[in-house]
Amino acid sequence: MLIRVPKQSTLSENNVTDEAVYRERRSVLKQLGYVGASSLLASTVPLSFAAQAKSTTFQTRPLDFSTSNRASITEKLTPESKVISHNNFYEFGAQKHEPVENAQNFQVNPWQLTISGEVEKPFTLDYEQLFNQYNLEERIYRLRCVEAWSMVIPWLGFQLSEVIKQAKPTSKAKFVAFETLHDPDQMPGQKNRFLGGGIKYPYVEGLRIDEAMNPLSILSVGLYGKTLPAQNGAPIRLVVPWKYGFKSIKSIVSIKLVERMPPTTWNILAPQEYGFYANVNPEVDHPRWSQASERRLTSGGLFSRNRIKTQMFNGYAEEVADMYKGMNLRKNY
Amino acid sequence: MQLFRQNKTILLKTVIHCLCLSICSYMYWMAIGDNLGSDPVKEIIHFTGMSTLNVLLLTLLVSPTAKLLKQPWLMQVRRLLGLYAFFFALLHVLNFLFFELQFDFSLFVDEIIDRPYITLGMAAFVIITLLAITSLNSIKRRMGKSWQTLHNYVYLLVLLVCIHFYWSVKSDITEPVIYFLLLFMLLYHRKTKFKRWLKR
Repeated sequence: MLIRVPKQSTLSENNVTDEAVYRERRSVLKQLGYVGASSLLASTVPLSFAAQAKSTTFQTRPLDFSTSNRASITEKLTPESKVISHNNFYEFGAQKHEPVENAQNFQVNPWQLTISGEVEKPFTLDYEQLFNQYNLEERIYRLRCVEAWSMVIPWLGFQLSEVIKQAKPTSKAKFVAFETLHDPDQMPGQKNRFLGGGIKYPYVEGLRIDEAMNPLSILSVGLYGKTLPAQNGAPIRLVVPWKYGFKSIKSIVSIKLVERMPPTTWNILAPQEYGFYANVNPEVDHPRWSQASERRLTSGGLFSRNRIKTQMFNGYAEEVADMYKGMNLRKNY
Repeated sequence: MQLFRQNKTILLKTVIHCLCLSICSYMYWMAIGDNLGSDPVKEIIHFTGMSTLNVLLLTLLVSPTAKLLKQPWLMQVRRLLGLYAFFFALLHVLNFLFFELQFDFSLFVDEIIDRPYITLGMAAFVIITLLAITSLNSIKRRMGKSWQTLHNYVYLLVLLVCIHFYWSVKSDITEPVIYFLLLFMLLYHRKTKFKRWLKR
């Protein structure tokens, strides 16, 4: 007889916010869409909820997926409304509420994702293939931002390893380099350095090959049962849950297997603050703030007690710690 | 009309009270009900911080306006505005401790020491607290000439608050730059005063 001992992290579906509850909440928010009225005194109030009420919104559609829920966790989910309105996606504005406001007209179909480099069989996936070439699976992961806030998000996607295996990497493939779409006409942050926070575009990221092949690393094409909203990195993005959020590059057009460690965007901008590995590590502080704890964004207002201890590798040590044996994580931050 | 002339100070003060308190309670009500964006803690901290800076700049605007419009009675609302700036600053610090750090006092101390922008912010808070305490008439009388000396620190205070804002911003500095320009205009208006200080 098979006795399944649930891992500390096994999931049950009952944590997912009910769609009806979610819709109802949204309509209340729309009616209250007046947060802006208070900008008399505060000009930094988010207009994101009001912005969502606009008629031209980015269309998402439901996806079919299996709920094998490998490596999923059972912590309380961050409500969908927050997942899709609190984003770091500088291509659409450097403030958290800007991507949802500026990304609604983003065209993702047609799309081309190229897998190339040190591989025997380079190939390209078009928009529809992103959704029908691989079995979609739901993974509920923690997302820990380097800015010390975190969420719990039900992603839909497939393992990055499947894509890499299909391309048959050569023995020279030691690293994987990712690149975001570069399209200043569609991405205002790439055109205007004030809006885009002055970072160098296109956004690039990278993983070591063993990190990329780790079963936890996924390419996500959806969240909360539907395709990704533009502001969350539509149509396809990386999710590496044991690393700080900026490693999980959005709106990917190129995955290239390479021999040498590729450059990564935030490391280029501030090498003293952001390393190549960027593993979540409560013991190694960011030069300007502590990484020992984080604020978990779920539901609940001002009085929710949401400051929690940050876990080593964001709680995924069991799955990933082996890859870093013998490495000085203080030096390789 | 006569009644209005006598009561216009009271009227203006009432308007200030109503505006500050209603906007403030509205924001807290929204934040408590989780209707203030995705991270109400961050929003309420930004709101109280920006309100402090905005009201402080308004406070500095009072005397130039009174002179320009030849309406000396306006000076009577300056202390009230200054106290509201302190009120928002106090909420700002308390919110940081209560909602952001959630009573982790050792982290509070670490943050004040480790993060330059918070160090600066706390220095500004010490100044504004001193100004608020000494705004009482009885203390003001007892302090004599030193009262004015102490209250001239308001200029240093606003400068510290602007730098605190500038350092806290991650990458987009447009807004802090606008505030620096506003501050510069308000200080430039007082250039003769500063020149006099320099001569001494």
